[in-house]
Amino acid sequence: MDSNLLVQYGPALLRGFGVTILCWAAGCAIGLALGFVLMLLRRIEVKPLRWIIRAYIEVIRGTPFLIQLFLLYSGGPAIGLRLEATTAGILGLGVYGSAYFAEIFRAGYQAVPKGQVEAALSLGMPYGGILRRVILPGMLVSTIPALVNMMAILTKETVVLSIITVPELMYEMQTMAAETFASFETILGMALFYWLLVEAVSRLGRRLETRMTRFLSHPSNARA
Amino acid sequence: MAVTDTPTASVQRVAAADDTAPMVTIRGVSKAYGSNEVLRDIDLTVNKSEVVCLIGPSGSGKSTLLRCINFLEVYDRGEIRIEGQLVGYSETTPRRRLSNAELRGLRRNVGMVFQQFNLWPHMTALENVAEALVQVRGLDKIAAAERARLMLARVGLADKADSYPSRLSGGQQQRVAIARVIAMEPHLMLFDEPTSALDPELVGEVLQVMRDLAAEGMTMVVVTHEMGFAANVADRVAFLDRGRIAAFGPPRQVFHESPEPRLTQFLQTYHERNSF
Repeated sequence: MDSNLLVQYGPALLRGFGVTILCWAAGCAIGLALGFVLMLLRRIEVKPLRWIIRAYIEVIRGTPFLIQLFLLYSGGPAIGLRLEATTAGILGLGVYGSAYFAEIFRAGYQAVPKGQVEAALSLGMPYGGILRRVILPGMLVSTIPALVNMMAILTKETVVLSIITVPELMYEMQTMAAETFASFETILGMALFYWLLVEAVSRLGRRLETRMTRFLSHPSNARA
Repeated sequence: MAVTDTPTASVQRVAAADDTAPMVTIRGVSKAYGSNEVLRDIDLTVNKSEVVCLIGPSGSGKSTLLRCINFLEVYDRGEIRIEGQLVGYSETTPRRRLSNAELRGLRRNVGMVFQQFNLWPHMTALENVAEALVQVRGLDKIAAAERARLMLARVGLADKADSYPSRLSGGQQQRVAIARVIAMEPHLMLFDEPTSALDPELVGEVLQVMRDLAAEGMTMVVVTHEMGFAANVADRVAFLDRGRIAAFGPPRQVFHESPEPRLTQFLQTYHERNSF
């Protein structure tokens, strides 16, 4: 690769990488929070509420992220929702992720043994306390691999944000490619960036998983 | 039938303060899953400091009855009262089912020990015992830990305070579960087949803890297959068969003098199993 290109475009690419990470992290945070709330709401025995949430999840999961993003960014102003590109990108990523996270949390909640909740109920513990201290830790153990997987998928979905002109990595790369015609190098470099990001997320996930399951009897983490 | 007029209810509450008033009164309790009647018109009274064992073949309804007492299981008809307080339903609005939040006041005084221990696996033995002390009794963390340590010592597990459940034997786990309950100073303890999931050599240590509790005057309702425990520790034994109490009385009477053929047949299986 021409070293002049790196000097010229390096700062913009680094900035783009930063924006990518920011969008991803904020999108994941929104997605996880919203997904968790959706899962809880879905447990309330009110039929219309359940239908609405179910429809939301089905629609989000059943349509391409690109189209959702367009609707939010370009269609938003029609209903008075005027968002700046990056804000729209983060929000879109969060909404998209929330449908998947809600399903992962649902499975995790169901996987917590009923007896553990009954034991807490029989001691007179309040639901909030049971959720926080009994259900949530149990859920995390069984859902971390799926959550990390979804978060890794979301790193790659951030490239779609370039379409609505969010100045993230993909956008900066395209600018560079258009101005220099060095498209092979840029695409290769970009692949490397995303691979690094996904790898970092997976490693973090594995570390978290070990931490969260340290109380289980595993030959690998048995103490003398 | 639920109490509909409040005067009766208040009389009941006054009676509850009296030491001779029963701990648990079960009257005409029935429950069905569709057409399958699991409890039929059960009447049972448990007095203070009394140990009542529920025995019977599997599917006879004994665990269901026990779980109705703290309303983990909903009963359809009749009424259950603990210290005069109606379990699971509103005193003022007939048959309005109480939410888990409304049941908290009652449940904090009724401890339950489960067949599968149901310890929280991500907490150490100490944390398992301390949790409800903080959340329900409102103790601060230090006081709760101190009390939890004391309770673990009572069940002979002082040295296991920092162990996670996965590092404990079944018998030890069940003793932690008992410590978790007695830390709350319950007025009544329910045991749902507490030794059925244990290896035979671990049953003794759990039964010993239960014997100690009985000797200290704890009111206990115990669903069990340990006929020896029922015969030696229970004040009264109820034999359930197909959702009914088919025999009831002091252990001697139930085990040796009952004319009930189903009971004789049931006890015969134990004699056969233990004759080798």
